[in-house]
Amino acid sequence: MKNKLNLFGVIIFLIFCFIIFYKGLDNSNTYTPKISKIFSIPIFEAKDFNSNAYFTSKKIFEDDTFYIVNIWASWCVPCRTEHPLLMELSKNQSLKLIGLNYKDNLNNAKKFINEFGNPYSQILIDNEGILSVEFGAYGVPETFIIDKDKKIIRKFIGPINKEIVEQIRLIIK
Amino acid sequence: MKILKVFISVFLLIGFLELKSEENNSELKSEILKNIRCLICQGQSVYDSESEFASSIKLIVDRKINKGLSEDEIYHFLREKYGDWVIYDPQLNKNTYILWLLPLLIFLFGGAIIYKKTSKKNE
Repeated sequence: MKNKLNLFGVIIFLIFCFIIFYKGLDNSNTYTPKISKIFSIPIFEAKDFNSNAYFTSKKIFEDDTFYIVNIWASWCVPCRTEHPLLMELSKNQSLKLIGLNYKDNLNNAKKFINEFGNPYSQILIDNEGILSVEFGAYGVPETFIIDKDKKIIRKFIGPINKEIVEQIRLIIK
Repeated sequence: MKILKVFISVFLLIGFLELKSEENNSELKSEILKNIRCLICQGQSVYDSESEFASSIKLIVDRKINKGLSEDEIYHFLREKYGDWVIYDPQLNKNTYILWLLPLLIFLFGGAIIYKKTSKKNE
């Protein structure tokens, strides 16, 4: 009787292990950081893409409106696919787009903007990637929605698509 | 001559102290970077990674150390931005208490079984 119970216990244990590993096969092994809590925009000073002048975060986000911070680079292929959607979003009067040019060559970045259009009300240079880390980003492209209280309320990793544009429209309504 | 000797001694002492502090900062930096997970090259620490993300984090950690921030303050900054996952050594909180307490419970349970078996044998 005791042996049977032991065998039963071992079988249950093996089935348990099998289920755990089997379920694990379906899980993605890439981690996507989520905004666990809403936090305010970081305090920083950044160089302007066009004028080379330095602006503080207070000055950049001074208007009482929604802001979208988009991290982009001319070498980033997915940035090209999302660019027409950013152009579309820029037509919306109730939000302002701020571009963060990530570790890019300035001439290439200017060519990119000339070729595809400029959806941003201001572009900031982030040559060292430090500003992006301050926003909690880990790559390009990434998009953040900032509400009127200057809090980062949503974060989209990777290129935005039409569904995300709809979500953004709903949020800023 | 005496003044010159004193001046050289002070100069050498300052140089030595600066060198020592740089060495300490570099050790602290390595220690911190080895404990930060690279989020885009999983399985590697920021210390081992050459990715764009890792190079930015290395720069930030370097600047924070030079600003005089402690190891815990740097971890706190990164946790705020990326969550607990970014640090290899997890803190004890409501999400990780099972992780911390399970080995202890297993140890106590195993100890109790061994104690029971040995006391039975002695009887």
